[in-house]
Amino acid sequence: MKKKLILIIVITVLAAAGLLFLVQGLLMPKFMSEIPEGAMIQEYYENAGGNDVIFISDCEVYENFSPVTLWEEYGITSYIRGSAQQLIWQSYYLMEETFKYETPDIMVFNVLEMKYNTPSDTGASSQREAYNRMTLDGMRWSSSKWNSIYASMTKEERSKDGVWSYIFPILRYHDRWSELSGEDFRYLFTRDQVTDNGYLMQVKVNPVGDEYPVIPLVDYSFGDNAYYYLDKMVELCEEHGTQLVLVKAPTLSPIWYDQWEEQMEQYAQEHGLLYFNFLEKQDEIGIDWNTDTYDQGLHLNVYGAEKLSRYFGKILSEELGVKDHRGEEETARKWEQKCETYMNRKERLEKELTNIVE
Amino acid sequence: MEQLLEILEGLHPEVDFELADDLIDGKIFDSFDIVTLVAEINAEFDVAIPAEELIPENFNSAEAIWELIQRLDEE
Amino acid sequence: MSFTSIDFLAFFGILIILYYALPKKIQWIVLLVASYTFYTLAGLKYIGFILFTTITTYLVTRHMDENLQRQDLYLKKHKAEMSKEEKKAYKKEVKSRNRLWFVITIVVNFGILFFCKACLVDPLHSMSGSPVFSFLSVGLPFGISFYMFQSMGYVIDVYRGKAQAERNFFRLALFVSFFPQLVQGPISKWEQLKDSLFSPHAFDRRQVAFGLQRVLWGFFKKLVIADRIAVAIGTLKGTEYTGVSFFVLTVFYAVQIYGDFTGGIDIAIGVGETLGVKMPENFIRPFFSKNIAEYWRRWHISLNEWMKSYIFYPITVSGPMLKLALKTRAKLGRFGMRIPVYIGSLLTWLGTGVWHGFNFHFILWGLINCVVIVISEELNPAYERFHDRFSWSNKRGYNVFQIIRMFVLMNLIRATDLFNDVGDYFRRIGSLAWQFNFHVLWDGTLMNLGLTAADYIILICGIIIMFLVSFFSRDNVSFRVKFQKVPRVLRYVLLFLLLLSVILFGSYGIGYDASSFIYNQF
Repeated sequence: MKKKLILIIVITVLAAAGLLFLVQGLLMPKFMSEIPEGAMIQEYYENAGGNDVIFISDCEVYENFSPVTLWEEYGITSYIRGSAQQLIWQSYYLMEETFKYETPDIMVFNVLEMKYNTPSDTGASSQREAYNRMTLDGMRWSSSKWNSIYASMTKEERSKDGVWSYIFPILRYHDRWSELSGEDFRYLFTRDQVTDNGYLMQVKVNPVGDEYPVIPLVDYSFGDNAYYYLDKMVELCEEHGTQLVLVKAPTLSPIWYDQWEEQMEQYAQEHGLLYFNFLEKQDEIGIDWNTDTYDQGLHLNVYGAEKLSRYFGKILSEELGVKDHRGEEETARKWEQKCETYMNRKERLEKELTNIVE
Repeated sequence: MEQLLEILEGLHPEVDFELADDLIDGKIFDSFDIVTLVAEINAEFDVAIPAEELIPENFNSAEAIWELIQRLDEE
Repeated sequence: MSFTSIDFLAFFGILIILYYALPKKIQWIVLLVASYTFYTLAGLKYIGFILFTTITTYLVTRHMDENLQRQDLYLKKHKAEMSKEEKKAYKKEVKSRNRLWFVITIVVNFGILFFCKACLVDPLHSMSGSPVFSFLSVGLPFGISFYMFQSMGYVIDVYRGKAQAERNFFRLALFVSFFPQLVQGPISKWEQLKDSLFSPHAFDRRQVAFGLQRVLWGFFKKLVIADRIAVAIGTLKGTEYTGVSFFVLTVFYAVQIYGDFTGGIDIAIGVGETLGVKMPENFIRPFFSKNIAEYWRRWHISLNEWMKSYIFYPITVSGPMLKLALKTRAKLGRFGMRIPVYIGSLLTWLGTGVWHGFNFHFILWGLINCVVIVISEELNPAYERFHDRFSWSNKRGYNVFQIIRMFVLMNLIRATDLFNDVGDYFRRIGSLAWQFNFHVLWDGTLMNLGLTAADYIILICGIIIMFLVSFFSRDNVSFRVKFQKVPRVLRYVLLFLLLLSVILFGSYGIGYDASSFIYNQF
C-alpha cells in the first residue's frame, strides 16, 4: 500500500515536471522567423568537432566571415560562435566551453569587444538583458554557462529572479503565453539552422553614405575587467596549445579609435599574439563600400564577407598552416552539403530581395 | 445571581441567560458588552475584574460570570 | 526575503528536507537556525533590533517568573499563619516589584518601535514617494511590527501570570523570530504557538500536502491577483481620477490588499503547517461581514485580538475608568456606562493606526473606523427594532445588501491609506457625491490604467475563483478538507493547473517585452 502510494506520488511529480518542461519549451522564443541572432548559440552543438578554426565574438565575426567560403577556397574547417552584442566575458566562457567539445588550431577573437568593461556599460538595462538571454539561453549546461551568467547579469536581473530564470527559463518567458504563435508549436522540439556554421547571411546592399564622425572620448584606455578576460583567453588557449589570433573586422562603425589600436598592438606584441586589423587592409581585401555592406558599413553583406574570408583564409592556410581537408572524403561530403545549403540560402534570399524591390 | 441576571438582561433582553452557555463563542457578547458588564459588576458588587480575566471561559455563561465574581471577591 | 521569490522557495525546500531528515529532537533548533538565516538574508543590519527585543524579553520574563515562583513558595510555606489580607498585601508587593522592570521593558521596546515608525522611512515607500502599499509593507527593521507585538504580548502574559516564562533562551529566540510570521504576521500568542513550535513532528503526508496546497494558494492570490492589479492602483492614484474612477480605485484596492494580505498569511500559515507548526488564523472571510465591527473581528484577527487584550480591556476596566463610569452613570444614566468603552475604543484605534505607520492619514483611518463602529454599536437597538418590525429584513436578499454595504463602506474607509495627503482623500470622497462619470467604465479609461484586456480576463477569473473558494468554506470547514474529497486524479489535475496558472499568469520577474529583443545593429 505504502509502496503504491510512493509510486503514485513519484509518477505525479514526474508528470507535472514533464508537463512544465513542455510548457517551458513552448514559451521560449524560437528566433526562427524573426531575430535569428537569438538562435545562433545553440546551433553550435550539432556542428561541434572537427573545426580547425573557431571564431568567437559579436556581429563583427558572424556577419563578416564565411566558413563556407573558407572551405571552398582553402579547405579550412571553421565555425563561428557569435551572438548579438556578445561581451568579452561571454566570449571567454564560450571559448572555455568550446574546448570541452574540440581543440581547434586557431581561435579567432575580434577585439571590438574590449570597449565594454561591465554589463552596465552597454546602454539600456532591458536591452542588455535581452542580449544576455540571446547569448546565454542557447548554451548547454556546464560550469562555463553558470560562470557566464554570473558575469553577465545586470543589476535588475540580480535583484529579480537572477540565476533562477536561467535555470528555469519559464520564469523569464512566462508572460509570452499571450503572444504564442504557430512558430512556437512548430519548433517545439526542433530548430532550423539559421546560420551557415555560425555565419548569418545578409544579401541586401546599402552603401556607405557620409563618413562616420569620430567622437572624442574622455578615456581611451580599455577597462581592467576587459583586460582580465583577455588575459584569461590567452592563458586558456596556451593551456590547450591553440593559437589565439586577434582581429578587428574592417567595418566602419562603431568607430575603432587609433588609441584603441595602439593598445591592442601593444598587447599583441607583449603576449606574442598575431593581430590583424582589417580596417587597414580594406584595399587589399577589395572591399567596395558601395556594394559590400548591407547597412552602410556597420556590417558586411555576403559579398563583402566572402571577400574578407578569401583574404583571411589565405593568411590562415599560407601563414598559419591551417590544413586543407578537401581531400578527406567524409569531411568533404559533410562540407559539400553545407555549401549546398549556403548556395540555396543565398539564392533564396537574393530572390526574396528582388521580389521586394519589384 | 439574581442581580447578575438583571444586569445581563439589561444588556441583551432577547437572550435567555439561564440557558445560554456560549455568550462569547456564540458571538452574543462583543467586547463592548463585556466592558460594560465589567463596569456594571463593579458598580453593583464592588468587584474589580482585571483585564487578564477577560477571557472567553469566564464569560460564556451567567454561571461562569458568577463564579468569577465570587472567586475575585474571595481573593 | 520576500515570500514570492525563488530564493524563498529554495530556502523553504531545503528547510523541509533538513527538518524531516534530522533527528526530531533538534527540529526546533533547525527552525531557529532557519529563522535567523531568513532574517539575515532579509537585512543583516537590523539583526541588533531583534536580538535586543529577544534578550530584554528573556531577562524580564525570567525575573518576573522567579519572583512569582518565590511568592508561591512563600505563600505555601506560610499558609497557616497568614491572614487573607496579609496574603493579598504580599501578592501586591510582589506584583509591584515585578512592575518596575515590566514597565521599563515595555516602554523601551515600544519606544524603539515608535522611533522606527516615526523616523525611519520604509524603502518601499521612499521609492515611489508615496506609500502605495503602506499597509502591506509595514515594518522597518524587517518584521519589527510583528515580532515586537508578539514578544510584548508574551511579556504581558507572564506579568499577568497567564504564561509561564520560558527558561531556555534559544526557545524564546525562536518564538520571537519564527520566520513565517515576520513578513506579514500573524501575531501569535506564546500559549498558542509554543506546543507545536517546540514539539517533535514526524513527517505527516497529509499535513505536508495541506501546507503546500495552502502555500500555493497564497502564491496565486498574491502573484496572479494582487500584484497584477497593483499596476492599475498606482495609475488610479493620479489626481485626475475622481468620482466613479475613485470608486473603482477603492474596489481595486480592496482586491489588492485582500489578495496580498490573505495570500501572505496563507503562505505563512501554510509554511507553518508544512513544518507541523500551527499558527492562528488571521482572516475569516472578512468580506462576508455584515458590518464594520464584524469585519474587524474577521480581518487581521491576531492584531485586533492583541489590541483588545492588551490595550482595549486594560484601559476600559482600569480603576480610574470604572470610577469614571460610576460618575457618568449618576449623571447620564445607562449611556454613562459606555463612556469607558468610547475612550478605550478611541485609544485602541489610534494605536492600531500608529501601528500601521506614524502618519496622519493612518491616524485618520483609525478615527474613522472607531467612529463608524461606535455609531453602529449605539444604533444596534434601533436596528433590532427595525428587524423585528420588518421580517423581510432578515431574508437572504437583505443579508446580501448588508454585505455589499459593508464592502463599499469599508472600501471608502480603507482608501485613507492610499493618500498621504488627507485633503486629497476628502476631495475624492466629495467627488463621489457630485461626479457621476459612469462613462469611465466603458469609454476605455479602464484600458489605460496599465492593464491589458488579457490582464482583466485573468483578474476576473482569479477573483471568481477566490470568491468561490471563500464561498464554499462559509461553514468554517477548511476548503482543503472538501477538496480532499475530489477524486484523486481530478484533484491532481486541478492542483497542477493552479501551479501552472501561478507560473504563467503570475506578475513577477522581468516582464517579457518583445521590443527589447529587437536587434539593433550589434
